Amino acid sequence: MLLTMSSFYQLDFERPIRDLEQQIEAAEARLKAASAGTEIVGVPPGVVANLDEIDAVPAADLPGHIESLKAKLSETTRKLYDNLSPWDTVRVARHPQRPQTRDYIQFMCKDFCELHGDRRFGDDPAIVTGFARIDSFKVLVVGHHKGRTTQEKIACHFGCAHPEGYRKALAKMQMAEKFGVPIVTLVDTPGAYPGLGAEQRGQAEAIAVNLREMSRLKTPIISVVIGEGGSGGALGIAVADRVAMMQNAWYSVISPEGCAAILWKTANEQTNTAAARALKLTARDNLGLGIVDDVVQEPVGGAHRNPAAAADLLKAWIVSQLGTLKGVSGDDLIARRYERFRKLGAFQETLEEAVAAEAR
Amino acid sequence: MTQVAARTWTEVRAAKKSPIPEGLWLRCPSCGQMIYRKQMEANLHVCPECQHHFRIGAAERVKQLADTGTFQPMFTNLAPTDPLHFKDLKSYADRLLAEQVKTGQVDAVVSGQAFIKGRPAMVCSLDLTFMMGSMGSVVGETITRTIEHATQAGLPLIIVSCSGGARMQESGLSLMQMAKTSAALARFDDAKGLFISVLTDPTTGGVTASFSMLGDVIIAEPKALIGFAGPRVIQQTIRQELPEGFQRSEFLLQSGIIDRIVKRQDLRSELARIIDYAGK
Ligand SMILES: [Zn+2]
Repeated sequence: MLLTMSSFYQLDFERPIRDLEQQIEAAEARLKAASAGTEIVGVPPGVVANLDEIDAVPAADLPGHIESLKAKLSETTRKLYDNLSPWDTVRVARHPQRPQTRDYIQFMCKDFCELHGDRRFGDDPAIVTGFARIDSFKVLVVGHHKGRTTQEKIACHFGCAHPEGYRKALAKMQMAEKFGVPIVTLVDTPGAYPGLGAEQRGQAEAIAVNLREMSRLKTPIISVVIGEGGSGGALGIAVADRVAMMQNAWYSVISPEGCAAILWKTANEQTNTAAARALKLTARDNLGLGIVDDVVQEPVGGAHRNPAAAADLLKAWIVSQLGTLKGVSGDDLIARRYERFRKLGAFQETLEEAVAAEAR
Repeated sequence: MTQVAARTWTEVRAAKKSPIPEGLWLRCPSCGQMIYRKQMEANLHVCPECQHHFRIGAAERVKQLADTGTFQPMFTNLAPTDPLHFKDLKSYADRLLAEQVKTGQVDAVVSGQAFIKGRPAMVCSLDLTFMMGSMGSVVGETITRTIEHATQAGLPLIIVSCSGGARMQESGLSLMQMAKTSAALARFDDAKGLFISVLTDPTTGGVTASFSMLGDVIIAEPKALIGFAGPRVIQQTIRQELPEGFQRSEFLLQSGIIDRIVKRQDLRSELARIIDYAGK
């Protein structure tokens, strides 16, 4: 099912998709009118595409015409999304209709039991934590949440967590370990929040402690970057046994804009595009680098076009991983997790003796 | 794997230009006094007038901390590559070579074993002069090996940080060094190892948000800039002036984030003291 409301947020590169969708809408409106015996003059409200072509189609041919338009639409959508530039991928990952942690919890989980607060400072809505059931598994879900309404977005700082968010996540994860409950984390943040309070309350320390402690939690941990994987703020809940990215997510050491501003001295369309490419931030790139173990496919045209289908694909992957890790001892889990991250990095290594000889 | 940095030390050294002669006198950026360079250097690169702590390289740092002649460099056989073929206004490969020629170092870290007032320890320092002390694969790997060696040998671990954060040119791989070093510290912690983290001006970003903040004891030099986000990023986000002294050592001490502020002149004796209390 495709969303075709005219209020649907539009990315520039999706223009050909929107044009086809409007043609289909118009053709369907005409067909409906024709079968009801009324005549439609002009175009339906909200439609701006050139629809002369549709008006020229005889009513009897409309069903066939609609079919071919739909085929063309799915082909165009597939092609566009198969060839997204890295910068366009970042845009898709930030799409306002893209499903977020709370959406996925609703689609994938039963009986979500939210647990709040870090017992120290407060309850950061930018990180959601709670028990839930996925398929036959009891899990602890931890995920960044950006917020949907303006009010919610502001409360969540657009998915940028404070130290209390990371500390809440760790406290709940340690409890999950105690009860042998596996952990599923959903990563979706532009980065940890850069602000006065965050610094004063030890943003860096909160993230660092999560990295250290997650590496030795003796319960399975599965992480998926569902949207934005912005730097340390993302990694702060992503030290896991199995890490995946959704097809149109990005994961990198810095946002393209941040990188462009520093290395290209200015962030604009051109430098953001270049930075996004240079950073190798797409799911495919990260898979190639060994940073993620898998890529979770999205429905054609991105998760925002069909959140329920995206959730089904995500759920299937998570359930398969939970199955694989079930029964692995805690000691084995942390030994393998250590090796998983230990081997990441690229450098040249010469024989120590050769270097020593050269130094003389 | 690309062969961009497949140059040997000898080649890098040969290419190193003779250093620009430095003036006998320099102006202290803090108090504005003209100070005699030799005197400043003899004073551990601290301004004799106002105690301003000048930034120093890793070689100088290690020399200052270790008992004379005891520092034994380790893990010197690691060299950076350009795994992503990263290119901004300049290619990473070219940048690496330029930095190697400029500094005479292979990357932004120096590590090894040393004695501090007679106490054996692993000592590691980042180097701000090499790509802002940023952490890529070589820095992450060196620190991880240092931690692992300290774990095996049962030695106290001292890491001196000064860094702009994770190295952008290695993107995700740099990010992963944060997890790798922190995981190694978990094992060191399990083995009851003592880690003293020394924060110097400036320590920010992915370095702060990983090993730097995981010390059993965290020490900072006076007035060092220490934080997760850089001041400019924070200012752009909150759109207001930052309070005086924000993100400086004294602010972190007040906020409960670090244990002690220690002047450079006292660093060796303070480290020895903590090793005596907590070391094996
Ligand atoms: Zn001075």
